[in-house]
Amino acid sequence: MGKIKSLEDLKKKKQDLQKKVDLRERADQAEAYVQIKVGMATSGIASGAKEIYDFLVENLDKRNVEAVVTQAGDMGYSFAEPTIEVTKPGEEPVVFGYVTKEKADEIIEKYIKRGELVDGILPQNYRTIDEE
Amino acid sequence: MHLLVCGGTGCRASASDSITESLKERLQEHNLQDEVQVVMTGCFGFCEKGPIVKVLPDNTFYTEVSPEDTREIVEEHLVKGRQVDRLLYQAPEGGRVKDSKHMDFYKKQIRIALRNCGFIDPESIDEYIARDGYFALGTALNEMEPRQVIDQIKESGLRGRGGGGFPAGLKWEFASKNEADQKYVVCNADEGDPGAFMDRSILEGDPHAVLEAMAICGYATGADKGLIYIRAEYPLAIKRLKIAIEQAREYGMLGESIFDSPFNFDIQLRYGAGAFVCGEETALIHSMEGERGEPTFKPPFPAESGYLGKPTNVNNVETYANVPVIINKGADWFSQIGTEKSTGTKVFALAGKVNNVGLIEVPMGTTLREVIFEIGGGIKGGKKFKAVQTGGPSGGCLTEEHLDTPIDFDNLLAVGSMMGSGGMIVLDEDDCMVSVAKFFLEFTVEESCGKCAPCRVGNKRMYELLERITQGKAEKKDLQRLNNMCHVIADTSLCGLGQTAPSPVLSTMKNFWNEYVAHVEDQRCPAGSCKDLMRYEIIPENCVGCTACARKCPVGAITGERKQVHEIDQDKCIKCGACLEACKFDAVTIK
Repeated sequence: MGKIKSLEDLKKKKQDLQKKVDLRERADQAEAYVQIKVGMATSGIASGAKEIYDFLVENLDKRNVEAVVTQAGDMGYSFAEPTIEVTKPGEEPVVFGYVTKEKADEIIEKYIKRGELVDGILPQNYRTIDEE
Repeated sequence: MHLLVCGGTGCRASASDSITESLKERLQEHNLQDEVQVVMTGCFGFCEKGPIVKVLPDNTFYTEVSPEDTREIVEEHLVKGRQVDRLLYQAPEGGRVKDSKHMDFYKKQIRIALRNCGFIDPESIDEYIARDGYFALGTALNEMEPRQVIDQIKESGLRGRGGGGFPAGLKWEFASKNEADQKYVVCNADEGDPGAFMDRSILEGDPHAVLEAMAICGYATGADKGLIYIRAEYPLAIKRLKIAIEQAREYGMLGESIFDSPFNFDIQLRYGAGAFVCGEETALIHSMEGERGEPTFKPPFPAESGYLGKPTNVNNVETYANVPVIINKGADWFSQIGTEKSTGTKVFALAGKVNNVGLIEVPMGTTLREVIFEIGGGIKGGKKFKAVQTGGPSGGCLTEEHLDTPIDFDNLLAVGSMMGSGGMIVLDEDDCMVSVAKFFLEFTVEESCGKCAPCRVGNKRMYELLERITQGKAEKKDLQRLNNMCHVIADTSLCGLGQTAPSPVLSTMKNFWNEYVAHVEDQRCPAGSCKDLMRYEIIPENCVGCTACARKCPVGAITGERKQVHEIDQDKCIKCGACLEACKFDAVTIK
């Protein structure tokens, strides 16, 4: 990793990084690169987000689903931890709450593989600053 | 296509279960069950207009749907592709709104401080940069004079989010004006209010935002050392901060000649042992110096003589988290959000008897009603709202009549509470207000540093009085005494901790005077929560003498022969409630 020396460097860096992210999103295979974020702040971890994270990584691999599982901070839905956000290529992100291993299994089999929604979706009810 | 039906408590109470069933039946009638899927979701937060049915992918948002409406939704919307106009959300001004993207409700929360929380991997600086991270720092160093940075923060109207609400730009200006060979930037991450966890979440979810803002502040005030004072009981936040600092150094975002400019800046962590008083800036500084965590008289303010006697700027985590956005998007953009004197947003930790507990971020000026009933989804179990406690141990309880007060620094002070760091605890009809005041005072007594007498002794005496009230042992004149003590402690304490400690008592006495009187005069707790004022009794007419209660009682307080009426010995009874649960004949009651 080289040092960033100027604002130009940073802009270039950002473009490179964004390309990577865009590539992920525009993958043409329907199943390629599903992105899953697991809310792993203290409250998430306390309710078992770490186990869900491990379960997802292990099982997505086992079932040959190309997915990127990342940890993220607190999404704010403390009443419904553990919370995960699943973004399928080209689709809006969907947030699932109260995720257990059984639920995670259902999400992989039904939502990720077959596109069926499963119970327990948390409707997003905030705006981000990017939408301004 | 998907039909999302709200499965929150509020909507379920208005028959969203049968709506789901009915939708499924209708779909079968039209042979659409394979193409359209019906899904129960969590609460939409829009309980006022429930039950909610949302159609994907077009985001049509139907409100107040009843099982009878399902035929129309299926036949009109799904078969013929026409929206059912009469079920669309009717905006307070103007016509019906065709989809959720155009509803004002979804603008109630806007995420500035929490912009990356739950969105990026907090352990990856790359993801932060992909979200415009460190652009503000680059812009400030390359294109702005320190003076301009300060002006921009001043114009934005950003006020300290730690509780006091002091204008951040002004604070920076003071620190920049004081000449010294060494200055410091300090981040106050000593979050201590019971129930508040926004600072922790920001540090755990978006640590780079705080580092970037501290560097910007360093540039503006002329400091080259940053310190984060964080409590040792936040191990995950500490771990992620350490990773973030390491990454920022590798990328040259911290260290020497940042962005090839003459500006150097580095950040270190300092751990606190978790004392509430160390959130007060002078006490915090003493604690960092290795002294006892006790406040000292201001002035001198830290901006003149702070850490090691050098000019120091202290801001809270959430305040810093707003800074990069202000630099990137401009002061005008920021000051348009919120109210005139309190700009921007505020993060609240919503807790207590509310359906959606969690972390929310709303523009200043949002009303308590919107926060509790719309975003929070209303009171748990359909109970009645009683009060909301804001500002933690320094704040007060607000009642039904304050629900429509727009939340900002000044409005909350005017009604006898305060913003504080943003804890918001919702209370329902089962909560005793005297006990609530006692709970917060117990916290203050525990956390008082003991330096000045009004706080050390006064709060303790006040706590004892409250305890006597909840035990039914107080007299009428004790209430007067309590009131006097509140004012003396508030007027004579050295620091904010003591000055605001009586607030929970004062505000509950003001708003719930009758409850205090009931405890004192009738030895009765109207909410039925003070154990000492409660009696479990057996109703002789209902008791069949099954002995179930006597077998369950852990202290053997219940006596009686088989098939004879039983009796509770009040002297032995510990009021655990086991008999009430054990009785199948409704023969045990609380008096």
